[in-house]
Amino acid sequence: MATMTYREAIREAHREALSSDPRVFLMGEDVGRYGGVFAVSLGMAEEFGEERIRDTPLSEVGFVGAGVGAASAGMRPIVEVMTVNFSLLAMDQIVNGAATLRHMSGGQLSVPLVIRMATGAGKQVAAQHSHSFENWYAHVPGLRVAAPATVHDARFMLKAALADPDPVILFEHVLLYNMSGEVEELAGPVDLRRAAIRRAGDDVSLITYGGSLPKVLEAAEHLASGGIDAEVVDLRALRPLDLETILSSVRKTHRAVVVDEGWHTGSLAGEISARIAEDALYDLDAPVERICSAEAPVPYPHHLEQAALPKVDEIAAAAKRRVGSDG
Amino acid sequence: MAEFKMPSLGADMEAGTLLEWKVAPGDIVKRGDIIAVVDTEKAAIEVESFHAGVVDSLVVEQGTKVPVGTTLAVIRGEGEPAGAPASPPQAAAPPSANGPTSTPAPPAPLRRPRISPAARRRARELGVDAAQITGSGERNAVTLADVERAASARAADATKPSPAPEHPPPEAPPPEPPPVDRKAEVMRAMGAAMAKSKREIPHYYLSNTIDLEPAIAFLAAENAARPIERRIVPGVLLLKATALALRAIPELNGFFEGGTVRHAEAVHLGTAVSLRGGGIVAPAIHHAGELPLEDLMWRLNDVVRRARTRRLKSSELSDSTATVTSLGDRGSEAVYGVIYPPQVALIGFGRISERPWVYAGQVVSRPLVVASLSADHRASDGHRGAAFLRILEDKLKEPESL
Repeated sequence: MATMTYREAIREAHREALSSDPRVFLMGEDVGRYGGVFAVSLGMAEEFGEERIRDTPLSEVGFVGAGVGAASAGMRPIVEVMTVNFSLLAMDQIVNGAATLRHMSGGQLSVPLVIRMATGAGKQVAAQHSHSFENWYAHVPGLRVAAPATVHDARFMLKAALADPDPVILFEHVLLYNMSGEVEELAGPVDLRRAAIRRAGDDVSLITYGGSLPKVLEAAEHLASGGIDAEVVDLRALRPLDLETILSSVRKTHRAVVVDEGWHTGSLAGEISARIAEDALYDLDAPVERICSAEAPVPYPHHLEQAALPKVDEIAAAAKRRVGSDG
Repeated sequence: MAEFKMPSLGADMEAGTLLEWKVAPGDIVKRGDIIAVVDTEKAAIEVESFHAGVVDSLVVEQGTKVPVGTTLAVIRGEGEPAGAPASPPQAAAPPSANGPTSTPAPPAPLRRPRISPAARRRARELGVDAAQITGSGERNAVTLADVERAASARAADATKPSPAPEHPPPEAPPPEPPPVDRKAEVMRAMGAAMAKSKREIPHYYLSNTIDLEPAIAFLAAENAARPIERRIVPGVLLLKATALALRAIPELNGFFEGGTVRHAEAVHLGTAVSLRGGGIVAPAIHHAGELPLEDLMWRLNDVVRRARTRRLKSSELSDSTATVTSLGDRGSEAVYGVIYPPQVALIGFGRISERPWVYAGQVVSRPLVVASLSADHRASDGHRGAAFLRILEDKLKEPESL
């Protein structure tokens, strides 16, 4: 066991990948000399050289497109996009390019590209840097989408993503970078097909991913002190969803609260709710409830930003409502 | 169509078990006919119909415990088509040449009960009617746990001798039911009513010691001419005098509900009967003030016997306008009772005993009784309460007026 931060865990994952496979390289805005805007690649340019840790122009459509080309030509590029908001500029490359080439070429092309993006709010960097568009990518066949929510997953998800022959998008929530946690040093790559039960319980399933996991775990502790035994499901894989784990948890607890920092409308939480309704309706003992962000661009002022995001007490209250113990 | 519902047989009743149907679909019932036997915490009660008509359908199976207000059966008025709520007539009759015919009102939309999908499925597995369960979930939705509780409650009921249900119980063995502790249930029900009373009713208490010499002498003369089985006990005089005094002071005869006092027209005297094994039930003697003493005696014997064999009628448990508690030969000298909500007065009589009494300037031995009044200060005051006790005393001093 080693203790490190989420940021250090991702850096370690890169160092391992760069050391073991000469086809792997990292590119993105300020990842080289500056060490990355979230300091993930700090020191890596010195260690691996500018050929493999490449600073790019401020053009998402350009450098993501270059990543698609490099991957289809046999390299194993890792492209860092500073925030998911900025990735919208590169959506054409990702959705029309990376996701489709295998299918449009009759299997002749593959795009083993890994794109890492920061996502989420809470750092007072305003709407254009704070949104959660994970579901936009999770909508698209041809992509695999995942979100490490623990330090351990941050350490071992990149390896799994690089091993995938198709494009993989990894979402890193900005509030997780400073989180410390334990890493099992000799663990293999994370299974990107499987959700993880972060806390077992019988009374209600709290289903979440990414930056909301710490809040949900905190809510689960509050609930435990009130006698409600919550099960916490960390999706990890946002596309394809691990329905088996989600549904078996709901079949056990009969109640579900889905926590998602995206907006309610058209959210991943909505997709999960629909899947539960389709496949586990007769196991439900209460309606599924979603805790999502307020339907507004994430506000800049601290108090409004906090008010807009899912909150621990809100999650706990929803769980109590579903269990029917809110008086 | 009228719905015959689980009646509230007293302020302390929340639910009852339908023990037995006395009617079947198609039977004609009159108002007041006994149509079912219901088990409350206190007793098996014969429940009377408030409606006249034909029994359309029985909704609740024998042996099922349901909350007060649950529809038990549907009674169709004369001339109403069968099964109207469930299946409206196929097509309206062609208009008559004589003028417009009355079109039947559209059936009231049936509200789908709130039952969680999981609870609905489990109820089917267990053979429980989930629609009859009071839900504990959000906005009273019936949950899995409610269904499982209902199934084990039914299993508990099934251990008592009761008519076999029409549908066989499910194959799944029910969990070990806790034995039904009748005494504890009676105590719990009584405790709930008394706690409500003491919590909500501002009681005041008055008492008078009454010389029963004239009443006892009157009874001795009356009874001398009667065969033993028709003799009248002093308690009957106390009941009659109380009923007449209540008629004179209507503030003490009625109910306090929803913030207002409602005086009752008739005097239906609740008569506290202690049950063997503990607990009290107070069935009403209807129109007690109008019954001749002999009839009142018969009625008293009848309700006491039926209370103790748990065979009371629903109206007897819900109609009392005031209650009398009489301690009898082995009781204490005086009792200051707790009012049975929503009534507004309780009249207590202690033991009748020979004690010193000043009569015509002499201390003499006389049969005395302490008559007390516990009354709701929201409905009356001590002035009227004292007037009541004075009238009661006057009546007992002129027993031939009873």
